[in-house]
Amino acid sequence: MSRKIFTLLSLIVVGVLMLTACGAPPTQAPPSEPPATQPPAAPPPAEAPAPTQPPPAPTQPQAEKVTITWWHIQVADDQKALWQGMADEYMAAHPNVNIEITVLENEAFKTKLTTVMQSGNPPDIFQSWGGGTMNEYAKAGLLKDITAELDKDGWRDTFSPGALGVYSYNGVNYGVPRDMGMVGFWYNKDLFKKAGIETPPTTWTEFLEDIQKLKSAGITPIALGEGDKWPGAFYWEYLAVRIGGQAAFDAAYSRKGAFTDAPFVEAGTKLQELVALQPFQNGFLGATWPDEQVEMASEKAAMDLMGQWAPGAFKDASVDKKGLGDKLGWFPFPMVEGGAGDPADALGGGNGFVIGKNAPPEAVDFLKYISSVESQIAQAKIGLSVPVVKGAEVGLTDPSLIAVQKGAAAAKYFQLYYDQALPPAVGSVVNDSVQGLFAGTLTPQQAAQAIEDAVAAEMQ
Amino acid sequence: MGIHPASIRTSRGGGAADSARRSDSLLTVILFLLPSLALFLIFVVYPILQSVYYSFFNWKGFGPAVDFVALNNYRRILTDRVFLIALKNGLIIIALSLGIQLPLALGIALMVRRDLPGRAFFRTIFFMPYVFSEVMAAIMWLGLYNADPQRGLINALLVLIPGAKPQAWLGDTRLVMPCIFVVLTWKYFGFYMLLFMTGLQNIPAELEEAARIDGANRRQLFQYITLPLLGSTIRISAYMSVLGSLQQFILVWVMTHGGPVNASEVMATYMYRFGFVRFQLGYGSAVAIVMFLICLIFSLVYQRLAPQADYLGAY
Repeated sequence: MSRKIFTLLSLIVVGVLMLTACGAPPTQAPPSEPPATQPPAAPPPAEAPAPTQPPPAPTQPQAEKVTITWWHIQVADDQKALWQGMADEYMAAHPNVNIEITVLENEAFKTKLTTVMQSGNPPDIFQSWGGGTMNEYAKAGLLKDITAELDKDGWRDTFSPGALGVYSYNGVNYGVPRDMGMVGFWYNKDLFKKAGIETPPTTWTEFLEDIQKLKSAGITPIALGEGDKWPGAFYWEYLAVRIGGQAAFDAAYSRKGAFTDAPFVEAGTKLQELVALQPFQNGFLGATWPDEQVEMASEKAAMDLMGQWAPGAFKDASVDKKGLGDKLGWFPFPMVEGGAGDPADALGGGNGFVIGKNAPPEAVDFLKYISSVESQIAQAKIGLSVPVVKGAEVGLTDPSLIAVQKGAAAAKYFQLYYDQALPPAVGSVVNDSVQGLFAGTLTPQQAAQAIEDAVAAEMQ
Repeated sequence: MGIHPASIRTSRGGGAADSARRSDSLLTVILFLLPSLALFLIFVVYPILQSVYYSFFNWKGFGPAVDFVALNNYRRILTDRVFLIALKNGLIIIALSLGIQLPLALGIALMVRRDLPGRAFFRTIFFMPYVFSEVMAAIMWLGLYNADPQRGLINALLVLIPGAKPQAWLGDTRLVMPCIFVVLTWKYFGFYMLLFMTGLQNIPAELEEAARIDGANRRQLFQYITLPLLGSTIRISAYMSVLGSLQQFILVWVMTHGGPVNASEVMATYMYRFGFVRFQLGYGSAVAIVMFLICLIFSLVYQRLAPQADYLGAY
């Protein structure tokens, strides 16, 4: 009897182990999302003939079948549907093209992409933030040079040049942007009113005062998913931008100065002033960006320092999928008294798609297709992108997103997020060190020193 | 379980015919071993050698490794504060596994084997967590540990107690390791319970009966019959538990990424961070080699100390 049970259990174990061996990659999906729906990167279907095989009927001049693999990170239902719709349209117009879409959650995407990049098999089209990480891929020859295609038929001129430049390295273009915006505070107007705050703060002092007001009213002032690290890094980076301005970053980046210079230490000090007020939700150190969305969408927290993708994410995280609607407002990061930075300076970046080295020419054509003005307007309408193609601004109806777009366009100095601007090894150290500042395990000097050490080792 | 070494040894002897037969059978052995040996060399030995090679380079994982740094990576590992935290956390997990998890598994194995009503049911229940995939288990516990009382079950129950405050659990640098250990125990004790149960079945009933007739009480029965006869199972369980603790990765990575601020870092998450987040594959390889050496040394010491019968085919 018990032996039978043992045999049965052993069989179950073997079976489950075999099944789970090809399970979903680790992901921290919020409960509002369908459970772990990352489909594994499917190999090209068996029926698609390999390039070396002769076409089935050589007498008929039929276009050869090609498969394009496309990885994006738009897990929100309406955004995912938009991309799928465009792929379907394109496939209908080009029957020989098969587009295989893999939708991955942000963190899962980064993990999975790194693995395929190190094995030398990039997807044909994939999400990129440009900057330091993309440069590493470009240096390793994993990306396709699309400079010639951009120059053909004036495709290049449809983009705003600043945004396009993020996806080039040493004068070679590897991809195109779809979105460019800046980080700022998204806030719940109702909760601000409840706490007696008439207008959003413009200075750091006012900001800290408003946090006290929100706390007194029993409202969580700020939602933060510091377990993911990058959401909190925005605070330190923005403080460095406000305190040191362009000069401080340029000096440190060119190695004439250092990341241990006064503005960077000061940024840590100011950040810890904020942390001392305990403005974040309980457990923020272990929370993730999806948790952060839920805090905002369920109207528990009043503010969130985040980029242009926040409204779309809040919408998806809310129970009725409508988000905060008119209650959601936006204000730029407050200026720091005595800081060298201009209050209009912006920290931000964007999203885009780059082309993998093995991509067929059709992949570039399809990228062009999804970068059209019409596509950009459709993206803007659902809050997926702050458009970068000229003429697509009309798609923006949300006053906050218009403010973001104008803010980014008006910035005298535009600082790309540090974890994108700097090489990956440094970006990761920035994020880790800032988490130490939030937890109080590092002093501002120690955090600045850790970042400086990484920069010194990586960027001789 | 393969060819018992003793059966080869018995064919040893003098005479030309004997030695011919011996080389013949040796050839057969080699031929039969060849397929698995090839797989072992390709998928185990070769990657290890490759890691050793890369560990001497400052290498980002793309293209060939060119920046030779000799032993610098190893020097950095042994002085890195975070690696030492990871090592310490590994040792804590080992200590708790041996001190709490295994005794718990043994206790439950003894219980479900005898007098508990509905023991088949409990046996299945206790074994269930081990059957779950680790990612599934981790995501489930992430939900339970959620700091928001409206989303996390544990905090939701906690706030019902007057005076109790919701805890940050995985977001608290002091609570995160105990929280993870709870999950580890929940996940793996069922497996050790099963090992102990099979071990207990192999103890002849006559022995216990004889002892009982001689007037041994339950405690004496356990101390002088059960425990000694279960020795090899206990030693093997401890061995697997230590190796499992040293290599723990998935649960920790999915639940905390080794955070907050490295508080739950273990060696494997540390290695992963450098290899796949920071693109420092050379350094990551060096960490992997250090991990490998630690496990290897432990295995060798274990083999030296444990009675041969334990690993030469008792199970």
